[in-house]
Amino acid sequence: MSETKKSKHTAGKNSSNLKDQIRRWWWLFLLPVTLAFVIGFIWPFLQGIYLSFCKFKTTSDATFIGLSNYGRALSDPTFVHSFWYSALFAVTSLVFINIPAFAVAYALTQDIKFSNLYRTVFFMPNLIGGIVLGYIWSMIFDGILSAYNTSILLNSTYGFWGLIILICWQQIGYMMIIYIAGLQAIPTDMIEAAEIDGANGWQTLFKVIIPNVMPSITICMFLSITNGFKLFDQNLALTAGQPFIMNPDGTTIKTTEMLALNIYNTFYNSNAASRGTAQAKAVLFFILVAAIGLIQLRFTREKEVQQ
Amino acid sequence: MSFKKVFASLLAAAMLVGCGSGSTGSDTTASSTSGSSDSESGRVYFLNFKPELDETLQELAATYTDETGVEVQVVTAASGTYSQTLTAEMDKSAKPTLFVIGNQAGVREWSDYAIDLTGTAIANELSTDAYNLYDESGKLVSIGYCYECYGIIVNPDLLEQAGHSLDEITNFDSLKAVVEDIHARADELGFDAFSSSDMDGSSSWRFTGHLANLEYYYEERDAGGWTEAPATLTGAYVENFKNLYDLIINNSLTDPKDLATGGHDAENEFKTGQAAFFVNGSWEYAAVSEDVPNARMIPYYCGVAGEEKAGLNCGTENCWAVNSQVSEADQQATIDFMVWLVSDSFAASKMVEQLGVLPYKNAPESANGFLADAANYTDNGCYVMDWATNYQPNVDEYRAGLVAALNQYDADQSDANWANVETAFVQGWATQYAAVNN
Repeated sequence: MSETKKSKHTAGKNSSNLKDQIRRWWWLFLLPVTLAFVIGFIWPFLQGIYLSFCKFKTTSDATFIGLSNYGRALSDPTFVHSFWYSALFAVTSLVFINIPAFAVAYALTQDIKFSNLYRTVFFMPNLIGGIVLGYIWSMIFDGILSAYNTSILLNSTYGFWGLIILICWQQIGYMMIIYIAGLQAIPTDMIEAAEIDGANGWQTLFKVIIPNVMPSITICMFLSITNGFKLFDQNLALTAGQPFIMNPDGTTIKTTEMLALNIYNTFYNSNAASRGTAQAKAVLFFILVAAIGLIQLRFTREKEVQQ
Repeated sequence: MSFKKVFASLLAAAMLVGCGSGSTGSDTTASSTSGSSDSESGRVYFLNFKPELDETLQELAATYTDETGVEVQVVTAASGTYSQTLTAEMDKSAKPTLFVIGNQAGVREWSDYAIDLTGTAIANELSTDAYNLYDESGKLVSIGYCYECYGIIVNPDLLEQAGHSLDEITNFDSLKAVVEDIHARADELGFDAFSSSDMDGSSSWRFTGHLANLEYYYEERDAGGWTEAPATLTGAYVENFKNLYDLIINNSLTDPKDLATGGHDAENEFKTGQAAFFVNGSWEYAAVSEDVPNARMIPYYCGVAGEEKAGLNCGTENCWAVNSQVSEADQQATIDFMVWLVSDSFAASKMVEQLGVLPYKNAPESANGFLADAANYTDNGCYVMDWATNYQPNVDEYRAGLVAALNQYDADQSDANWANVETAFVQGWATQYAAVNN
């Protein structure tokens, strides 16, 4: 008897000791991740903003030139085109990713045989890199389109929908995992109560389940809209902006070029000022994506319910 | 309990050691530059732009280190990404000591990062000044380390099987007659005229970079030679480009409509005897001559008056520059390595085997059959078509526009689509020239 008491006492003392230790040393545990975050994110981000006001060839050797990079960026018609194209893509992909992802997640949280196997299968495309995916899909699309004497590189409508198909194939599984987590967190008694109250399947879905997975919907929508804007490697590998509209003066509009690819192409232009211009575009790009993401977050947050 | 404590402190220690060693790791790289600048031997870091040369260079680097103890690192940029890789590497503390500035656009961009090679040991080894690049102030920015030629590679054995001979081909009309005859009888012969001319990134340069040279070259010749990129093109020879381009895509193993995304192996088609003609350059000799020992190279015949006297397209984009931003010891070590590459009997013969001709006094003769063809044309009084294509302004963007227009044309060979190709070719040049120079 006394033995148990004693050991309980020591345990209590030890745990409070541990708490003290943690209170004293917490910063040590935060240090590695903070360092990594500063080195990998904060510092490049600040340097990137600085470079957008500079003329430079290599980033360690830059001269400050003020705002002219922003002037060049905003007056570039290809940048404006790629912004609207990316916006259209982001909104379309948002719809085409999230509705199937939710449907699949809903189906796979019902009592279906092998549902774990299906979840793995749906998730797997997400493990393949974007460049590889782009090239594989370009072959698949052209395998089909060549029968109709055309190619994904020749028609911007095919280019757009091709990219949507690719991104859906890649991302539906990922979003599905988030939705599954959300669906599983809904208390079963709530659904049972709805059933007892006489709600049919659709009513349960729209009045009980969807309001309860709103946090998952928020995060999935945020991810798919920002991913849509940021998309780069798939875009590069699938069409690289082709087809181009050739203007009579020799300028081109790359019809399927998205924002990130536009920035990349600008950066490696041979003009002495092009790197700074690309950097300015990148800062504008950040502001746009952040603003759109925040507006969307705010909008969907309002629809979330507290359990 | 105590086990947990020990475990936790071990983990914490491991983490500290982890980030500690991380930072010492980066210290080492940083100090290796400054350290090597103190040490007498110096360091060599060659950023190579020819993927096909990588294997040889890695072997030679190891040999050189074994012989001299000097550390040599060779990094090869992936095909088509040299300028991206160079930009990134130039930012590092361990910068490349040796890199490639292959054309005038490169000189404009990277001249500040190159030492003046005039009077250096490697410059004194040169047998010709023809492939050197100078900037506006007359600084010797980069020196040629090989020269190459391109044209149309032919399999004369297949021509004979089809009842023709290489001697028949002396201009565009005779080339066309042979090519169209072979293509028409492809089923019966078991091979076709041209191998595939894919337009994906791994192959489109054969047309937007090399074949396009015929247009630039003849314009340049009319203008009495270019010393820098002209702001505009006249487009006087675009029609000739079309002649040869049409012949290539329409008499080939692959339907022109299937060229856009690529996926065909033109080299293999030629090597395995499926095609008698292959548009490429002298660097293919090593790969091709194993299977087609009689392979020859003929000029771009395209219907220009007097082209019976045309030779091959000779020039180079392989020019070495030594980094001005590394220590003197590193620069010296680099120059020593360069001299070794072109004069040591083992190294130079390896280089010659891969690259063709090294324009250096002590380099062995080349066994490259295509370069021998180039020399034969010159000996017979034919004109050399120099690489005017090296003047293409804002080259990646310019070529991307051309590829996009050619893709539309390949799928539907209408006049409207050709008009777009012409716009990309001529107005595209002016636009990109302006984009670079404004």
